[in-house]
Amino acid sequence: MLSVLVFAASQLLPGNIGRNVLGPFASTNDVNALNHQLGVDRPILVQYVDWIGKLVHGNLGMSLEYKVPVVSLLGPSLINSLKLAAVAFVLVVPLSIVGGVFAALRRGRLPDRVITLSGLSLTAVPEFISALVLILIFGLLLNWLPVTAAAPADADLVTQIRYLLLPSLALVMVLFGYIARMARAGTIEALDADYTRTAYLKGLDTTTVIRRHVLRNSLLPTIAVIATQMGYLIGGLVVIEKLFNYNGIGQRIYTAALNKDFTMLQSGVLVVGIVYLSATLIADILYSLLNPRIRYAGVE
Amino acid sequence: MSTVATTVQLSETRIARRETRQQLLRSKTFMAGAIIIAFWVLCAVFGHRIAPHDPLAQSFPQLEGLSRTYPFGTDQLGRDVFSRVLAGARDILIVAPLATLLGIVGGTIIGLVTGYFRGLTDDVVSRIVDAVLSLPLIVIAVTVLVALGHSTLTVIVVIGLVFAPIVSRTVRAAVLAERQLDYVSASRLQGERAPYVMFVEILPNVMGPIVVEATVRLGYAIFAVAGLTFLGFGVQPPSPDWALQIADNYTLLGAGTYWWTVLFPALAIISLVVAVNLVADGLARVFGR
Repeated sequence: MLSVLVFAASQLLPGNIGRNVLGPFASTNDVNALNHQLGVDRPILVQYVDWIGKLVHGNLGMSLEYKVPVVSLLGPSLINSLKLAAVAFVLVVPLSIVGGVFAALRRGRLPDRVITLSGLSLTAVPEFISALVLILIFGLLLNWLPVTAAAPADADLVTQIRYLLLPSLALVMVLFGYIARMARAGTIEALDADYTRTAYLKGLDTTTVIRRHVLRNSLLPTIAVIATQMGYLIGGLVVIEKLFNYNGIGQRIYTAALNKDFTMLQSGVLVVGIVYLSATLIADILYSLLNPRIRYAGVE
Repeated sequence: MSTVATTVQLSETRIARRETRQQLLRSKTFMAGAIIIAFWVLCAVFGHRIAPHDPLAQSFPQLEGLSRTYPFGTDQLGRDVFSRVLAGARDILIVAPLATLLGIVGGTIIGLVTGYFRGLTDDVVSRIVDAVLSLPLIVIAVTVLVALGHSTLTVIVVIGLVFAPIVSRTVRAAVLAERQLDYVSASRLQGERAPYVMFVEILPNVMGPIVVEATVRLGYAIFAVAGLTFLGFGVQPPSPDWALQIADNYTLLGAGTYWWTVLFPALAIISLVVAVNLVADGLARVFGR
């Protein structure tokens, strides 16, 4: 389904691919020859079957712009993006869960209002704006962190992470609101549930009740929302990678779009879709592992 | 008898409406957001006239710091940043609401139809919705804008079309709850046709969630339009649009600290999106969601 959508979208590209590649001064013969060589003069259905067939063998075709296999360019970019996403992820998950649970435990009081409202506001601000504010504060005013994302080539892990900190913080700011809100809602629901009252009534202390009974129930919906945010995370990468001039998958998609490099664009978008679907799948599996109700339902 | 019943019902609706209005006026978050939005709408309409300098004129000294004449400094083309911030609200306040409107209208129709009919229609539409939602908005938008060429109209249509399925889920959920109720069965037993039941009977009763969804979507639309503009696929130069100002000047940040060229438009966008979200939050509380 996803592949049909991606393919259809790229077929919308206007006009003649050969003409786009060779420019307005090439002769009609050359243009036709190239179109034939690329196979884009064949019926659309044939092209689709051909493309899918190569796809399952890991062959994404040649980049029209760089004349090298798409995989050789997309692979390193994807790894770069995953690094950035990983840093953002490692920061945002604990931070927002702690924030959300803390807000829920102080429900209706000042800490709750502060966390909820600031989360809401941060989420609403476009990522390149939060990134700029971060650059202005930490990069230029305080001079704590580098303002580009790519570390020098031979940098060790710590330096690399240092360079990735600002861009990932910008992503964290957007994601924090969503995840914290889910964690808060889940925790409040669990706090109000009968089983929590029972736990208190049978004489357990607050820490045990929250750890054993509240958190285990409240974090389930949070996991689901984290997975859906993966889609956003990758979309956010397009903008953030351009702002920080970082060579990731988002930057690749962006330049492919500018250059009308349609094989690259097609593959890039498909890779994004696949990453998103895998994230959802992992979340589903995790969800069922953590939730005995679903785990045992499968066995019966 | 029936006229009496109608008048009673009408005055009840009126009372309910007045109560909603009063609750909104009393909500601090809602009012704060509404005032900021009103300010930017005024700027969008009159900004070009109240600005001290011509927002498009490149006739001032380049990259001047803050001063009496240029309260927010000037940018690298010698344009007055203060005037541009005042005038910069216009494009985003045209594009984002129109995209939202399209998404809400489309999503409401899809949501009503799928929620009301269920069955095969529901299944097919839900699959398509899932597929669309599995790609991030900005990636879809960039692909389509490259394919169709970027004009303001395409930006509106793309964002609207991506929003429609998202909105349809909210509407569908609300419709599923409503269609169980007696008034729907009564209307159906009266022999009313499906479109009548959907649009005249059910629609007014799901307006609450739709209004809340519309404000939330408006926030996302501003987010999306600003992002696309920053990438060069949204509002086009020489508009004094805020995101465009940032796109024009952010590369200077590394070279020297010309922070005023990006900070003020950034603050303008922040104030606008936060205001929209405060309004959304206020509405959601009043409509009890």
